[in-house]
Amino acid sequence: MLNKMKSYIFDQKTILLFIVMCILGTAASGQTLSFIMREVLTRLGRNAFLVLALLIPVQAGIGLNFAIVIGAIAAQIGVFFVVYWGFSGMTGLLLCAAIATPLAILFGYMIGRLFNNMKGSEMIGGLILGFFADGLYQLLFLFIIGGIIPVNNPTLIISSGIGVKNTIDLTGNLKYALDDLLHISVLDGFSILAAVAAVLALYRLIRHHRASFAPRNNSGIGRCYLGLLAVAGVFLLSYLPALERLLMGTQIARIVLLDLFTVLAAAAALYTLYRLVRHFGSRRKGKEAFGLCLQLAVIGVLYAITYVPLFEKLLLGVVFNITLLSVFTLLVLAAGVCVFIKLLGTLDSPGAVKNSVQLAGIAFAYALTFVPWVEKLLLSSSIPVVTYLAIVLLYLFNGRFMKTVLGQNMRTVGQSMSVATASGINVDRTRNIAMILSTMFASWGQLIYLQNMGTFQTYGAHYQVGQYAIAALLVGGASVHKASGKQAIIGVILFHTLFVVSPLAGKNLFGDAGIGEYFRVFVSYGVIAVSLALHAWKRVAKKEGSPLAE
Amino acid sequence: MDNKKLKSLISSAGVPRLIIGGFFLVLLFSAIPLGMDIQGLLTNLLTRVGMNGILVLAMVPGIRSGIGLNFGIAVGIVGGIVGGLISIELGLHGWTALLVAILIGVSLAAVMGYLYGVLLNRVKGSEMSVSTYVGFSIISLMNIAWLVLPFKSTAIRWPIGVGLRNTVSLQESSGVVLTEFLSFTIGKVVVPTGALLLLALCCFVMYLFLNSRLGIAMSAAGSNPRFAQANGINVDKMRLLGTTVSTATAAVGIIAYAQCFGFIQLYTAPLMMSFAAVAAVLIGGASLSHAKVTHVIIGVILFQGIISMGLPIANRIIPEGNLSEVIRLIISNGIILYSLTKAKGGRANA
Repeated sequence: MLNKMKSYIFDQKTILLFIVMCILGTAASGQTLSFIMREVLTRLGRNAFLVLALLIPVQAGIGLNFAIVIGAIAAQIGVFFVVYWGFSGMTGLLLCAAIATPLAILFGYMIGRLFNNMKGSEMIGGLILGFFADGLYQLLFLFIIGGIIPVNNPTLIISSGIGVKNTIDLTGNLKYALDDLLHISVLDGFSILAAVAAVLALYRLIRHHRASFAPRNNSGIGRCYLGLLAVAGVFLLSYLPALERLLMGTQIARIVLLDLFTVLAAAAALYTLYRLVRHFGSRRKGKEAFGLCLQLAVIGVLYAITYVPLFEKLLLGVVFNITLLSVFTLLVLAAGVCVFIKLLGTLDSPGAVKNSVQLAGIAFAYALTFVPWVEKLLLSSSIPVVTYLAIVLLYLFNGRFMKTVLGQNMRTVGQSMSVATASGINVDRTRNIAMILSTMFASWGQLIYLQNMGTFQTYGAHYQVGQYAIAALLVGGASVHKASGKQAIIGVILFHTLFVVSPLAGKNLFGDAGIGEYFRVFVSYGVIAVSLALHAWKRVAKKEGSPLAE
Repeated sequence: MDNKKLKSLISSAGVPRLIIGGFFLVLLFSAIPLGMDIQGLLTNLLTRVGMNGILVLAMVPGIRSGIGLNFGIAVGIVGGIVGGLISIELGLHGWTALLVAILIGVSLAAVMGYLYGVLLNRVKGSEMSVSTYVGFSIISLMNIAWLVLPFKSTAIRWPIGVGLRNTVSLQESSGVVLTEFLSFTIGKVVVPTGALLLLALCCFVMYLFLNSRLGIAMSAAGSNPRFAQANGINVDKMRLLGTTVSTATAAVGIIAYAQCFGFIQLYTAPLMMSFAAVAAVLIGGASLSHAKVTHVIIGVILFQGIISMGLPIANRIIPEGNLSEVIRLIISNGIILYSLTKAKGGRANA
């Protein structure tokens, strides 16, 4: 157990180190948590897509794709022309994508071809290629636009008529084109997330139960769970404002219809639970679980009783400054947790235990949002839903893609090109596809980035894209040959928290924001240096360790 | 027959080198009808050759010992800069200031270069990407150091505020003794004899080193490590030697650079210097696995020639914008990319 924990800590050392740095930095910055959360959420929406664009080449063994700069360049060419033609809003953004996507595919194919000629040096090659492409981009924007392609627009073009200005203001055309489609508060976003996660965990739990308990009564158990879900669903419906008003407005025998409804729902839920529990009774271990479930139900009922006005009034009597009600609530909660833990002990499949714990965790996290302080924090900022949805889609795509035949081939190529060739995979073609996908996603990511920034730094917006995206991915615990979407998201959050707090912390600690700014630049370079070195080190050590070393 | 000879000549010179050389000549000959100040351009070229030559030379021992293109000369550059700053801090003047700067710079760089070489021995096969980021990291780490190092001299430190200046003038310490040494003028062309002599001296010493027993052993370790190992050469030791010499040469290089420039540049200024040096040696004819002193001389003249002579001419033709910077980016990174694609199988210790 101790060893396991040790190795876990060792595996996660990068993340742990950065978590500590973020916490210390946040404390030193002297900023409110809501400020930092707002900043980080903005930056998460702005950058996560770009970081996720890095994942596929890592799987294909190409390593960290420094050439996503070129995808960004494709996006910026699109943005310039769309602004010049005067399109705006969602139309403008889609048009940008329509221009950027074919460009990015073409560029990606070219990068793939080039990388196939320098296998083993893709990373340094990608870095240099980024600088090279930057030169060509400047040639295009400084001399060809206006010089060769006639462009007449005094707000975009330098007064001499040749070359694009340093900054292009996107306010009024592309700014927030995607972000402003739909905003919700973080609290709502969190609730939705919790609900989705809970349903998922419940679904998995049911599948485990079906596998482990009473195989003959499968359908019965399934039906009980479905019934529970249905009751919950109907009860949730009563939160719809229109329905709530209707139910509140009608009284039957002096009981508000809503209350009646609630009671009915609770009764239905209890009954279904009872039937479910009976199904468990069919095995020896199940009997134990049955008893525990029954206890849980009793505790639930006890707690429910406190909502009866008479009892509530009674319990609200004060004992030593604590209301009896809160004491009672706490007791009930403690008993519930105890029984829940015991119940976990009776589950025989580890998957079911994991899912139950997940469920409890979700419930706990959701319960936390009722703490006034947390609630206020979560209500203080909002999430651009569509942008986040795009990020989630790419996250899911990356996961799904690796399960397809092409994705599996990519993984094989990444592990060993000679094995891949031997099993009939076209290595060069597979690597080309990886680069095309990565470049295309990077161009979309840059569009998301620019519409959120609101100003387009013509000659600087793409320059550090690869650098920062890669640093963020590595901070999340990824390495040159292994990276997941989870690491990307964690990395973006940690890296950008550090980015937000370090100048402020530098100012507070040393009286100079410069130190903090240089520190974050150092971190972004340093984390890449360390990661590249560790990767190469491991590879050399492996080679020397094996008897087949050259 | 003639055709074959021509082909072998082209392949030995390398296509990109011919293109760049041709480009350079075209620009040079178009300078006269455009009415450019040829003598001014030549002066500029000579200064730039003296300024950058030794930094480019620092590439040679790295390539020879098998670590490939040493993008990490930033390690040595930092050593040289610290040496220069210490000599100013000590209040030295003239030649003493210069010599002390070189002495301190080289010894610092040698120590750091050794440690850096130890790292590179652990990462065989990925030296270039690792060294690039080690270079970037050390420059950004030094950015913090420049803010907190306890230098007292007002020539170095901002009179008010925190940290060291962005550019430290050499006016009050060594001045530009090196460029002024034996400097003479032909017509209006000023020849910075001292700087060119120092470059020549360094090239000569490097040549001697490479042709000594030790130098030959090092080259053998770089070009064919297994063969060298079989012959009793300690490959890792030779790589360490090459890295250390390369880094130390870079320290001399940055001091010569500062001499010709008149200032020491701190903060992010040296971030991309290694790329220019790498590009120059490649233009001169080196590859990832082979480099000679002559490559350095040809390379630095061609590369700096295009920047210092060709580009004012290009700017005359297209007056707007900073075309020179753009062309420099394209040429220098283009040549590095080209040689990376040509390195198939040539990568030592891959």
